[in-house]
Amino acid sequence: MTATEQTLALFGGVAGVLVVASMVGLVLERRYAAQAPNAVIENLNSRIKSWWVMVIAIGIAFAFGKAGVIALFGFASFTALREFVTLLPTRRGDHLALVIAFFVVLPAQYYLIWIEWYGLYSIFIPVYAFLLLPIIAALRGDTKAFMPRVAEVQWALMICVFCVSHVPALLTLNIPGYEGRQLLLIAFLVLVVQSSDVLQYVWGKLAGRHKIVPLLSPSKTLEGFVGGVASATLVGAALWWITPFSALQAGAMALIITLMGFFGGLVMSAIKRDRGVKDWGQLIDGHGGMLDRLDSVIFAAPIFFHITRYWWTV
Amino acid sequence: MAHVLEALAAAAVTSFARIVTGVRGNWRDCAPDPRPRVYFANHNSHGDFVLIWTVLPPALRRLTRPVAGADYWNVSPLRRFFGTRVFRAVLIDRNPTTRQGDPIALMAASLDTGTSLILFPEGTRNTTDERLLPFKSGLFHLAGARPQVELVPVWIENLNRVMPKGEFVPIPLLCTVTFGAPLRLQAGEDKAAFLERARAALLAAAPEREAGR
Repeated sequence: MTATEQTLALFGGVAGVLVVASMVGLVLERRYAAQAPNAVIENLNSRIKSWWVMVIAIGIAFAFGKAGVIALFGFASFTALREFVTLLPTRRGDHLALVIAFFVVLPAQYYLIWIEWYGLYSIFIPVYAFLLLPIIAALRGDTKAFMPRVAEVQWALMICVFCVSHVPALLTLNIPGYEGRQLLLIAFLVLVVQSSDVLQYVWGKLAGRHKIVPLLSPSKTLEGFVGGVASATLVGAALWWITPFSALQAGAMALIITLMGFFGGLVMSAIKRDRGVKDWGQLIDGHGGMLDRLDSVIFAAPIFFHITRYWWTV
Repeated sequence: MAHVLEALAAAAVTSFARIVTGVRGNWRDCAPDPRPRVYFANHNSHGDFVLIWTVLPPALRRLTRPVAGADYWNVSPLRRFFGTRVFRAVLIDRNPTTRQGDPIALMAASLDTGTSLILFPEGTRNTTDERLLPFKSGLFHLAGARPQVELVPVWIENLNRVMPKGEFVPIPLLCTVTFGAPLRLQAGEDKAAFLERARAALLAAAPEREAGR
């Protein structure tokens, strides 16, 4: 199959799964929630709706190739950074540093990915922004809570811009025998992360007994974790045909992605708990914000990128 | 023609506010209602009333007028167009020596025509570290003049962080506008007690999360 045929086959398969899921959701709603609304079914249907939005957004981005993917994830970074900084207890003295974070650092990072300058985009935020932004904050002269303030702004950039930008950065990898197919690496990453989220949810609902971190996330159970990770690993292995990996390697990659995704969700929950909110934002009514959708991808993307780069590229 | 221009200007202002601040209205303790009301809010920025105006349902927006200082809105023809034609502000002369007519009577007359008002009882923009300044007495006198009108506390969160005083580039943080539980002047309630109760009601409308450090 050519890259285009593979992409079409993949989207066809995903759309098929979503059509079935939507019909199941509709039947469940008719049968069990006709009189009184049922929270579980409502949650399921709103998830299905947000997957449709996600698949359509990614589909459109893929149609425009590299420019489309960079625009999509640049927008995702912007929205995520906005949600993240909104919840930070910043002070007036952080204003200029934040202006630079939003309007200089973020576009610069995506521009560096556009021109495929690996040597700079992989250190731009961890080195240059890391040193520049505290200088600007110091020049404003407000020393109250200085250390936590500069650390939080740096963290916001690392999570919302640096990590997210490693998804489109997959397009810059030069893998022998895989030329012109890098879009499918993004599809692989997103599909594995999303199916892991779904399967953890399903396994948790069916068999969940023992909570992993009850104080942090009452819905994350050991049974959901093990079942979800194991089945998403199988999904990843079954998708080997769209990757440069063998089936075994694709499974191992999927395992790493799902583990990082799971713990990423846990870390992001800890931040939300500390800031006293349930969701990062309200992008679409009741569906949470951009960061609620992206938290697992954020932790998985840079690791997936670097493993692939180290062992598969020239 | 003039109406089209005003409607376009209003749409431009509300769209701009939505893009920059992603503002969301949270009708937490009361529902939108077309009867005349007084929305009283915390005041940090010139954009405060625009955010309240933006989250009101369009039908209510047309019936809701901000109460504002005449000195600010009469500076230039453009500001006057926005102040008197687009927002249809009830303009108050803040200088008592040149003032003609009673500001409370002006506001009451506006309520009598069926419009709601947006009022900032702190009297001026709060640029201090305090969450809320003490209230001026205008709200009390208005509540006495029209005791049947509901007074709705409205908390505007984050706009002061989008564009702090003295900065010139806004950062795109997400703002919320929370509507608290309405109150009225109680029989025999004196000025100090009423203003304190109103101030407490506005603070109660604020999200629990502390924005500043």
